[in-house]
Amino acid sequence: MAQGQMAPGIVAGRLSSDELTSNFTDLHPPLAPHEAAVAADRCYFCYDAPCVTACPTDIDIPLFIRQIQAGQPQAAGRTIFQQNILGGMCARVCPTETLCEEACVRETAEGKPVEIGRLQRFATDDLMSAGAHPFERAASTGKTVAVVGAGPAGLACAHRLAMLGHDVVIHEGKPKPGGLNEYGIAAYKSTNNFAQAEVDWLLKIGGITVETGSVLGESISLDGLVENYDAVFLSIGLAGVNALHADGVDKDGVRDAVDFISDVRQAGDLAQLPVGRNVVVIGGGMTAVDAAIKSKLLGAENVTIAYRRGRDAMGASRYEQDLAASHGVQILTNVQPVAVRGNGAATEIELEYTSSQNGQLTGTGEMVRLRADQVLKAIGQTLEGAPEGLKLDGNKIAVSGAGRTSVAGVWAGGDCAAGGEDLTVTAVAEGRDAAMDIHATLVS
Amino acid sequence: MADLTTNFLGISSPNPYWLASAPPTDKEYNVRRAFEAGWGGVVWKTLGSEGPPVVNVNGPRYGAIYGADRRLLGLNNIELITDRPLEVNLEEMARVKADYPDRALIASIMVPCEEEAWKAILPSVAETGADGIELNFGCPHGMSERGMGSAVGQVPEYIEMVTRWCKQYYDRPVIVKLTPNITDIRKPAAAARNGGADAVSLINTINSITSVNLDTFSPEPSIDGKGSHGGYCGPAVKPIALSMVSEIARAEATHGMPISGIGGVTTWRDAAEFISLGCGTVQVCTAAMTYGFKIIDELTAGLSEWMDEKGYTSIDEVIGRAVPNVTDWQYLNLNYIAKAKIDQDQCIKCGRCYAACEDTSHQAISMSDDRVFEVMDDECVACNLCVDVCPVEGCISMVPMAAGEIDPRTGKKVQPTYANWTTHPNNPMAKAAE
Ligand SMILES: Cc1cc2nc3c(=O)[nH]c(=O)nc-3n(C[C@H](O)[C@H](O)[C@H](O)COP(=O)(O)OP(=O)(O)OC[C@H]3O[C@@H](n4cnc5c(N)ncnc54)[C@H](O)[C@@H]3O)c2cc1C
Ligand SMILES: Cc1cc2nc3c(=O)[nH]c(=O)nc-3n(C[C@H](O)[C@H](O)[C@H](O)COP(=O)(O)O)c2cc1C
Ligand code: SF4
Ligand code: SF4
Ligand code: SF4
Repeated sequence: MAQGQMAPGIVAGRLSSDELTSNFTDLHPPLAPHEAAVAADRCYFCYDAPCVTACPTDIDIPLFIRQIQAGQPQAAGRTIFQQNILGGMCARVCPTETLCEEACVRETAEGKPVEIGRLQRFATDDLMSAGAHPFERAASTGKTVAVVGAGPAGLACAHRLAMLGHDVVIHEGKPKPGGLNEYGIAAYKSTNNFAQAEVDWLLKIGGITVETGSVLGESISLDGLVENYDAVFLSIGLAGVNALHADGVDKDGVRDAVDFISDVRQAGDLAQLPVGRNVVVIGGGMTAVDAAIKSKLLGAENVTIAYRRGRDAMGASRYEQDLAASHGVQILTNVQPVAVRGNGAATEIELEYTSSQNGQLTGTGEMVRLRADQVLKAIGQTLEGAPEGLKLDGNKIAVSGAGRTSVAGVWAGGDCAAGGEDLTVTAVAEGRDAAMDIHATLVS
Repeated sequence: MADLTTNFLGISSPNPYWLASAPPTDKEYNVRRAFEAGWGGVVWKTLGSEGPPVVNVNGPRYGAIYGADRRLLGLNNIELITDRPLEVNLEEMARVKADYPDRALIASIMVPCEEEAWKAILPSVAETGADGIELNFGCPHGMSERGMGSAVGQVPEYIEMVTRWCKQYYDRPVIVKLTPNITDIRKPAAAARNGGADAVSLINTINSITSVNLDTFSPEPSIDGKGSHGGYCGPAVKPIALSMVSEIARAEATHGMPISGIGGVTTWRDAAEFISLGCGTVQVCTAAMTYGFKIIDELTAGLSEWMDEKGYTSIDEVIGRAVPNVTDWQYLNLNYIAKAKIDQDQCIKCGRCYAACEDTSHQAISMSDDRVFEVMDDECVACNLCVDVCPVEGCISMVPMAAGEIDPRTGKKVQPTYANWTTHPNNPMAKAAE
């Protein structure tokens, strides 16, 4: 019997298995063939299409949609994968409302863009489910490249290099490849273990070895890699989290949202996963929204996102905010945490209203208290474990051109490198472009 | 409410919409339901001679062309004339006509091109009380191979001869249904008139193959791996039908001859267009086959609503209104000069006008870095391609230039007068202006 939403504290099994299963199905169900035909038909095949400009990986969107129209979804899939080998994951997780679909002329015309993301999923699913890999490797160059981190940036880089004939070894610290695709992305965006299936499919290109449990700074060093390989690509993401400064953050029930999310993604049985009755998520980005929605889907009674600035400043798009609201998450803005209270375990959080002058936040002195048996911190990830000797730009690895770091022979891309938004699709673009630059360097 | 009552060759019907001779009119059951739904008349599915009826294929007899969301745009069929015995059809026609005296009931007939055959069938048709007959000289498949249908319709002399027999052995109106599978539609129409026909109806279906199956390499619809051309109809054929109707309406030999317009009538607007080009009734087949009889509600209400808006009180006031405006190319006013104009507020920046004009037309649209599309008047020939490809209706318009303005493309002043090709200096056959 399910515990119910009103059970106090942080407990597992608030909902029945059936409820949990239905809660964690696809956010955007796949298009059926006829739906895809109708959706594809809405595309105008724009000249120098604005949607392509808005896609960080420059997928030829009008072309792949026309290929769907013409009855060849697999050809459409190839068009997508040529630019973005993780086009399957991107179709599920891209915030299209701020990327391609925002730029679509039909958004301008009638506020209803061509459903580029779902069409991309239709085409990529079709090709991937056929099993075969669409690309072949070029003749071997005899060069070897080390990639550190098997997230989207590392995978995209490795795939492109392998395709061009280089041999690649990916060093990944975690037990599974995929990066945040595997440990971070919302479960309702990537269902049915898609992340691992995608990695398996991607690796079919050949020439890529994945060494899991291989941690840069522990079992391997940058110097060692530089010595043993012809080039190195760093794509280690943002492994650290920003610290929250407030009283009582060491109490039981307070934890990092990314860890909570990772637990959800890795859970064999969601009914075994504990969640609070009253959950407060601190932050305003995609991570905060994901953690809040997941808490709600697991059966928390009250879930609040507490963000220190106004709605417009939130990292999560308006669409994501509305998604949270539609799941019953309350969004409280212009509040900052002051203290988590409770005897050993958290029971309440005290927040102070803020006002912003010239970008400077100050507390107004007005307080608000919320019940909170679970507090999830989602105030941003930060670079951790970057090797010594690399120049930084702010708190990320400085790069110039297509991901060149300050050290010759070492490239970097994805979240760990400066520039670009922290998105899956941006990581893919940076990984791919760095691969092209590495290739040009190695064969010149 | 405008009065839709129609009087065509003395045959009256409550509205100008008749169901064309085809599956919707193949039996009493259908026709009764059509009349209950409100159709003004029917042309009964084509009758053949007495004796064993024709047989149809037992596999697919239709193929289709689709637009977005599987909207049916064109239908193709390889069906023959009625495959039910003549007596059964005649009995049913008589019963239906007796029960619906206010509706038009026309018998469509196709028998061999021999006087005896027509002489034999016409009296029994007359006995049914049918209001008239339609001679099916149009069917382009199956029957034509047996020397009937379009095989007759393609030879004006045969049309004239058969029409004359019909006028001799039958005393009610004779309508000749024309095939579009011919180069000049005016020839068979004139032949029909010469033979004494009271009216022509057109078009019958157009020879077509809808598609080829790329696995089996059989044309569709495929019967056991083979296909034959069928007859094309539905929305896709309307422009062809309108043009043929207009040719007959304005040709000297056939001008003023009553016409029943057929081909792609799908909404009230199509009907209004046919009527304005000279048709006294319209016939509908594919639209009914696609959506069922109920579309008659929209067809009648729409026509009457439009007539009310325009102040027309009867169908007669609309018939032929567009005919005087159909002319030959050589008489079009070459002094009329327009330029495309893009309404920047409506433009959604898709760039289709640019691609079309730049790649395939007159390189008259400019594109800026921030995607502003503008027409260059000094290059624009007003071809209308941009208007046709722009996805936003009304965004690009063709604005006529006023007399006295300078056309930036030619540097010449726009003339207030009318001048056409026949007097143009570039025309080697130009008649010297007097
Ligand atoms: C909760 C959450 C939800 C998100 N939702 C979305 C979304 O919906 N859409 C979207 O576009 N983006 C989303 N993002 C952002 C997106 O996941 C990242 O931008 C993207 O994964 C970055 O890819 P990456 O390859 O740079 O890094 P990561 O995906 O972080 O991969 C880095 C890899 O490096 C490994 N690694 C780290 N340090 C070492 C080391 N020292 N040695 C060896 N290996 C190491 C890690 O284990 C990891 O596998 C989300 C992020 C989070 C946290
Ligand atoms: C299945 C089918 C059968 C037809 N059979 C006949 C026929 O027996 N006699 C005839 O004169 N026309 C026949 N036609 C042609 C139609 O009467 C009509 O002329 C043609 O379909 C064009 O009109 P539409 O575009 O409204 O369908 C047939 C059409 C179809 C689709
Ligand atoms: S902007 Fe929209 S309509 Fe234009 S090509 Fe892209 S998806 Fe198609
Ligand atoms: S429309 Fe009716 S008769 Fe024709 S194939 Fe379908 S079910 Fe059979
Ligand atoms: S086709 Fe129409 S909407 Fe598109 S750019 Fe041209 S004028 Fe604008």
